[in-house]
Formats: sequence, structure tokens, C-alpha cells
Amino acid sequence: MSSVLLSGWGRTMPSVATLRTVSSEEEIAAAIAASHAIIARGLGRSYGDPAQVSGGTVLCSQMSDVGPIDEDGVLQVGAGASLDQLLAECIPQGWFLPVTPGTRQVTIGGAIAADVHGKNHHVDGSFARHVLAMRVVTPTGVATISPDEDGELFWATMGGLGLTGVVASITLKLLKIDTDQVVVDTQRFANLDEVMSEMTEGDADYRYSVAWVDCMTRGANLGRAVLTRGDHARASDVDSVSLRAPTAARLKVPFDAPSGLLNPWTIRAFNEAWFRSSPRHQVAKLESFSSFFHPLDGVGDWNRLYGRRGFVQYQFCVPEGSGDTVRRAIEHLASSGLASFLAVLKRFGPSSPGPLSFPMPGWTLALDLPVGPATLPQVLDDLDELVLSADGRVYLAKDARLSPEKIRAMYPRLDEFREVKNRVDPEHKLTSDLARRLELVGA
Amino acid sequence: MENAFGQPQTVVVLAGSSDIARAITKKLCAARAQTVVLAGRNQELLDEARNEALTNGASRVDTVIFDARDPSNAERTVNESFEMAGEVVDLVVLAVGVLGDQERFENDATLAAEMATVNFTWPVAALARVRSLLVTQGSGRIVVISSVAAVRVRRAKYLYGGTKAGLDRLCIGLADSLEGTGVTLQIVRPGHVRSKMTSGMKDPPFATGVDDVANDVVKGLADRRAVIWSPPILRYVFFALRHLPAPLWRRVTDEADR
Repeated sequence: MSSVLLSGWGRTMPSVATLRTVSSEEEIAAAIAASHAIIARGLGRSYGDPAQVSGGTVLCSQMSDVGPIDEDGVLQVGAGASLDQLLAECIPQGWFLPVTPGTRQVTIGGAIAADVHGKNHHVDGSFARHVLAMRVVTPTGVATISPDEDGELFWATMGGLGLTGVVASITLKLLKIDTDQVVVDTQRFANLDEVMSEMTEGDADYRYSVAWVDCMTRGANLGRAVLTRGDHARASDVDSVSLRAPTAARLKVPFDAPSGLLNPWTIRAFNEAWFRSSPRHQVAKLESFSSFFHPLDGVGDWNRLYGRRGFVQYQFCVPEGSGDTVRRAIEHLASSGLASFLAVLKRFGPSSPGPLSFPMPGWTLALDLPVGPATLPQVLDDLDELVLSADGRVYLAKDARLSPEKIRAMYPRLDEFREVKNRVDPEHKLTSDLARRLELVGA
Repeated sequence: MENAFGQPQTVVVLAGSSDIARAITKKLCAARAQTVVLAGRNQELLDEARNEALTNGASRVDTVIFDARDPSNAERTVNESFEMAGEVVDLVVLAVGVLGDQERFENDATLAAEMATVNFTWPVAALARVRSLLVTQGSGRIVVISSVAAVRVRRAKYLYGGTKAGLDRLCIGLADSLEGTGVTLQIVRPGHVRSKMTSGMKDPPFATGVDDVANDVVKGLADRRAVIWSPPILRYVFFALRHLPAPLWRRVTDEADR
């Protein structure tokens, strides 16, 4: 056990906690029993403060065994295993993760706590949909839970930010693949309306779809975008079949960049270069998994580019038919002159039953914003109002600045979540800086 | 808990009825501050500040009475304030200090010592307790209101400048000592601020208002700057002034203090 200063991937709001590593369910239970405030932490990829607890205990699980994969693609895996580790095991055997977020440097436990989604949400839903069962240690006991066995706890844990218990291991159903390649179509659009109408019409034909949007251009080119869509290459699509695991990052950011490096001018220039270098329209190009699913994993510690002050990610979703809210959000951002890296625009499919799960059928937009400009807090508060007026919500796994009142409106099933929480953790031992900040487990 | 922009939810203000502290509290309440504890010496003024905080968005404001002329009450004051604030304190603002009447104080041992107590000894005692509580908590910020007068002490206000200089320098070391604890300390160095403390005095160059100071503090919290100058240009002005030859320094400051 040691005292460590921890913050999220955005490198804001650091706090000190006692770090405790555990490698069995018994050790997890003992750690929970011995602490007044405790939360599990994986690889620290959530942007804000959900995996830290000031003055409490942060639990790091060494339970990372990857079990054998049966003929239906079902396996058991420890919650401490990273998606990277899991991919290394399953790709060579012809299996793939049913859902992968933008980085494979997250743990299984983290993927459950955030109920992560990927480029295939419009087809396959979030991570939760592919989890058949899990072992979870709560302050009141250890249990195997699934949609049929204590479904309440199972769904509250999916997207529950680690506040209902510490996941020890899960049973996951994988996706069968023929090759380690993806067939990708890329198309460039001069503005947001064009890309959104193409996504509405054509996304259903692809398993994976995502658009990168420039949020700094205004006028006729507002929200110009590059849409990439694809599917796993079949054996017939490639010259020779290969099933290789992804490789580690080759580049690394060795030190903190000056806080002002990513400013409106440099980001505008980057966005411009990126847009111009993207193909106007390219069909059926073969790409590797890594470059298609995890482009940012090519550079280690890229969050250091934002410097000492760090950055925030703002991701919201709005229901089907609220495309105009996305447009107004980008307009507000572009007119505020704030620096914002390429935003990610995506269509969501059906929600998961989790009371705190983020996705809802419709649109989602994710923005990366360096901390620093005095107007940024207010602009994001304005966006909250905009999102709320469309009955949308902000993603908690990325949040670093919401207010408790807004959460209650954005997650109307919060009380349902609290009921389950109170049942399995009556003393509210499982808590985090985020849970305190947003009063998720009661004021 | 504070958010990514350094906007606190729970704030303790020592000398919460001072004009600068009130302006800062108002701004913090308009952002995320919900629970505020205001400690000060005058209940009437504290009640005014309390109402102001509530009007600006706080949901709970408590007050604590203390007299900074007696350092033996510093620990009790801090303890009481933290207890009222609840589980986690995100930010402690220390705005304790008096300008004093130098002409009257400089030849009076008792008054001179009292000034040193209010501007230096009481804050040092309070900071010791705040430091200990926040380090145990594992997070939190301390903002200490210093002054540009601490950067180079001038003869017309050497009691004020000197005592502030002591606190300012001590806080630089204290801030360094907090590295890695999750707690940070930031020093605010305002120039001449138009407030009840300076009423009746004429404005020297770069004079500023309490709301401007509050804006600079709020921005400084987001920026995590070790020293927050207000207005920010004083960083450069005082870099130059610090290196002026003494005779020239006296002439420049006498001009400003006339």
C-alpha cells in the first residue's frame, strides 16, 4: 500500500489516495471491509475523476486471467485485464471484441464501469449487451450476476462507475472474424448537414461508422467532416489471411508540452491539414485494426500534449430527431472561438437497460478542449442547457465539470440506481471524487 | 469536489467579510460553490456577506466568529469552519489582514506587534491547521491573499508590506512543501484595490477593483498558476520595480504614496 496522486486522463483535479493491489475476490472483500471510501481503478483512461477518491483507497486489480474461448466465442476474463491484452489472445484465434472504444488501453472493469461504446453502437449496442454474467464483490457479499440473476444489480453495475461493487471477472461473448483487416470507405463532406444526412441514410449498411468533425470552421463549411465506415474483411476480401495481435505504441510523448501548445491557431492549422489530406471519396480500402479502431494508441501518453493545465472531453448524446442540437452545439463552439480538436460524431442505436448507461438512440458528439480559456466553463454550461432542452445527456465517464442538478435531469433513473446502491452498499463505502462532486450516491 | 476548471463546491473563507473575499465568494457561488463557511470578526458584516453568497447561488452558508489579534484561536476557527463545511473542503481562501495606520503604529511597540500578529502570525497558525486537514483529506486548494506590497516593501507602508512579505515568502515554501499531496497553495498579489480598506486614499497607477481581483482569482484557479497577479500586468511591472536602485525606488513610491 502506498499513497499516490491520481488524476484522470485529462490530468485535471488530482487527489491523493492509498493504492492497494488485489488479486482475488477475498482480497477485494477485505480491502472494501477495511476502507471507509474505496473505488476500483483500471488504466486511468476515463477523462475526469471517476477512478480516484481523495483520502480513500484506490483498488487496482491484478485479476487479469484470460480463459479459454469456447466454440461460441464465450470466455471468462478477469476485470483487471486490458482490452489490449484480451485482443492479443483472441485475434490469433479468430475472435474480436464485440465492442471496442477508441483505445484498447482500458480494463474490462473500466469498460463495464463506463459501459463503453464503439463505432458499432448503431448495430451492436454498448459493451453491456455482450456480457453474459459477472462476478462482483460488493460491501454486502460476493455474487454471480447476469440479466437473469439479480438483473437489477447487473444493470446498475453496467455504466455504474464502480459504485455498486468491484467486478472481479466477467463472461463475455466475442465476435467471430476471418482476418485482422477492416474494409473501409472514407468520404469527405463540406459541412455538417451533408455528413449527417449521409449517416442517417447509409450507416445501417456498415457495422462501423464514425465521422470526425472540424468544430472550428464557421459559415458554409460549419462542421465539415470526414466519414469513415467499414466492416471486418472476410477471407475473400484479402490476398492472404492474417490474424495478428496489435502492436504497442511506437511513439511516446516524453514530457509535458507547454500548456499553450494546443491553442486555437495550432489546432485550426491541424484541422485544416487533416481535412485536406483526407481522401474525397475512397472505397474498400483495407486497414489494420489498430489504425481503424485505435488511432490514438499509436502515440503513448498523448494527453501530455495538452500541458500542465490538462484538458476536458465533453461528450453528449441527443435522441433521434435532435440533429439540430448537434448543429447548434457546434455553432456555439465555433462562434466562441475556443480551440477544439477534431470532434467525433456518431449515431447511437438502442440504449442498454442500465439506469446510468449513457447511449440513447440518436446522435453523439465528443469534443476535446484544452483547459485555460476563461470562457470555456460557461460555454460548456451553455451546452449542458442545450443538451438538456433536447432531452439528451452528457457521458459521465468523460465528465469533469457537470453540476449535481444537471445530472438529476440528464439521468432521470438515478433514483433507481441509488436504490440498488443502497441495497448492496448501505454505508456508501464505494465512492469516488466524481460521485462526491455529482452527488451520485446522495448529498 | 472541485471540477476541472478549479471551480469548488465547498469553500471556507477566512476573513469572509473583507471586500476582496466577498467578491471572490460571489463569483465562486455563481459557478459551482454550494456550501460556504465565512469566518470573520464582525457578525453584522458576515451576515451581509452570507446573504450575498446565498443570492448568488450558494445553498448553505454558515458563519464563524474569530479575532485575528489572538493566534491561539486560529486552530479552533479552522476546525469549526471545516466541521461546518462537511466531508470535503475544496478551497480555503485566506484574506486576513489589515492595512494599519503606519504613522500611528510605527513608534508603538504594542500596535506594531498587533499588526504583525494579524497579518502574519494568525495566518501562519491557521495555515498550519488548514495544511494538516487538507493533506489528510488528500485534495484541496489554499488561496492566500498577499499583495504587491510584499514584493518590494516601501517606506510609507513598511509595516503592511513587511508583514505581507513574511506571509508571501512563507507561502512560497509552503506551496512547495505540498507537492505531491494533492493539495495546492496559490498566492494572490493584487495591486492597489479600491475597497473599504483603502477608502479615502487616492488611486496609484494600476489600481484595480475587487471584482477584477475576483475575476483574476477565478481564472488563476483554472490556470493553476502559483502566483496570481491582479491586474496581470503587475507581474511585469514589479519585475522591473524589484530591480530599481533604492534611491529611485524611494522616489517612485513616494510619488505613488503621496
